[in-house]
Amino acid sequence: MRQGRYPFIIGFLVVPVVLYAVFVIGPYAQAFYIATTNWRGVSAHPKFIGFENFTRLFQDPVFWKAISHHLFLLLALPVITLTIALFLAFLLNVAGGSRSGGMSGIWGSKFYKIVYFFPQVLAVALIGVLFQAMYRPDSAGVLNGLLDLIGISPVGWLTQPNLALWSILAVMVWQAVGFYVVLFSAGMAAIPAEIYESAALDGCGRFRLFFGVTLPLLWDSLQVAWVYLGIAAFDAFVLVQVLSVDRGGPDGSTTVIPLEIWRQAFTFSRFGYASAMGVALFFLTLTFAVLTLRVTRRERIEY
Amino acid sequence: MAVTQVETPAPAGPPPRLTRPPRPSYVPGQRNVFTGLSHVALVVWSVTVIVPIVWTFMSSFKTNTEIFNEPLGLPGAFRLDAWGRAWDKARIPEYMLNTVIVVGLSTAGTMLFGSMAAYVLARYKFPGNRLIYFMFVSGMVFPVFLALVPLFLVVRQLGLLDTYLGLILVYIAYSLPFTIFFMAAFFRTLSTSVAEAAMIDGASHTRTFFQIMVPMAKPGLISITIFNVLGQWNQYLLPIVLLPSQDKWVITQGIANINTNAGYEVDWPSMFAALSMAIVPMIVVYIIFQRQIQSGLTAGAVK
Repeated sequence: MRQGRYPFIIGFLVVPVVLYAVFVIGPYAQAFYIATTNWRGVSAHPKFIGFENFTRLFQDPVFWKAISHHLFLLLALPVITLTIALFLAFLLNVAGGSRSGGMSGIWGSKFYKIVYFFPQVLAVALIGVLFQAMYRPDSAGVLNGLLDLIGISPVGWLTQPNLALWSILAVMVWQAVGFYVVLFSAGMAAIPAEIYESAALDGCGRFRLFFGVTLPLLWDSLQVAWVYLGIAAFDAFVLVQVLSVDRGGPDGSTTVIPLEIWRQAFTFSRFGYASAMGVALFFLTLTFAVLTLRVTRRERIEY
Repeated sequence: MAVTQVETPAPAGPPPRLTRPPRPSYVPGQRNVFTGLSHVALVVWSVTVIVPIVWTFMSSFKTNTEIFNEPLGLPGAFRLDAWGRAWDKARIPEYMLNTVIVVGLSTAGTMLFGSMAAYVLARYKFPGNRLIYFMFVSGMVFPVFLALVPLFLVVRQLGLLDTYLGLILVYIAYSLPFTIFFMAAFFRTLSTSVAEAAMIDGASHTRTFFQIMVPMAKPGLISITIFNVLGQWNQYLLPIVLLPSQDKWVITQGIANINTNAGYEVDWPSMFAALSMAIVPMIVVYIIFQRQIQSGLTAGAVK
């Protein structure tokens, strides 16, 4: 073609590629190297110590505690969020009245979606502070104020070790549901009406309609949702850092690997050890993503 | 009406609105009960979403005594003095201005460099194209915590620690993968004939991009701009690592500081006022742009 094609291509790519190489690729590559050193940030030359950080990591009870919290979140967060979101999306789309030709969703479905989606717009840091007030251990918090009305004494939502992680999970669900309601609603609206019609003609009840028609046709969206929520379960940093007692407490009962990475690196300056945790987190996330896509792979239903 | 509609086969003539599933044929009375129950469930979740936010606003008008004695009651009078104290003490307006500067520049940079790279990668064949594209897109699957320590070191080495420029460049770099992934897909869907006509008329590659392709890609650009603005506005991890001094803080740091700030123990109303102050702009923006926000944030999940 005309002259100036290559200068143009290079001109358009140079800034993004340099930025990306310096701030993203470089750090990711270095992380694997730093993980094999005992660098504390002060010495000019980090000393290579092989896999010592990793053997120490595998003997660290805090690390295993954090892993168990991730496994809990990995199971509970998608199951609870998706159940609520599917239920609400189904009600919005299928329980509607029969105005304007009988094709509409439930009355006010647009309004419900606007309300449900709103927490998605708020910063997680803000939500953390807000729920700290909601969860106050005395009866000045909303939850304990409600319990107080029916005569139950205040509960330490965030201070009881066996309850704290559930309280944090509840906030994650609270924020996430709206996103998936909107996502699944779009998926359900894309299912052709004829399929519902013929299912209804064949005498299909609402429950069979949901499990036999809606769910299989939403499989793609569900798979995406599961991966997203799984990745969120491996993060949870901001909420735990802002909301939990003592940042991961009480007594480490809500801590997660991202929080430990941040603490090891920026509180204790253990750069090598923090990077080793980062490498572990990377392989955990990767394993999860690959496994999910493998296990949930199905023949796609074309319609 | 719904009954007749379901029983007649779908007309072959003008395509009916097929976007939503029709009402299955149930006994009318039963359907009303089902619709009613659906509304109950939908309202319950709306209340769950709204109550924490409304409660925050209400508490900001209360006195300390009211908050502790009747956490669930209405404020005795409409008082704005806590808002005044929060304005001075919590420095919310100041942090918000800092955030506007950072997010404004970084989103502009992300969109400029991201769409430039996406355009070249989507529309021009050259050796290394696939490699560069894959390099960018693979950034979507790596957890940022893996890069955290080296990223901090790189930014420090460049003398950009604790500067807005450093944070902006890092925001741009970490927003590129999704922006390029989405925009490249978008540019591929646009027709080539308009661009070819412009080139035949003598427009340069650069001019064709800015005057022909960018206006054509507007819907995609808007979605991804919203995605990036919200993502960068709500970012918390990168600021706490890269922007430690308090007079430079962004909004999420300011809000998270609210609950560690001991001064609030004696002045709860102003804590709630500070939170409300941070929520108000989000509500305004959300109400104005709610359609675009919903489609922008779910853009990555829908094929």
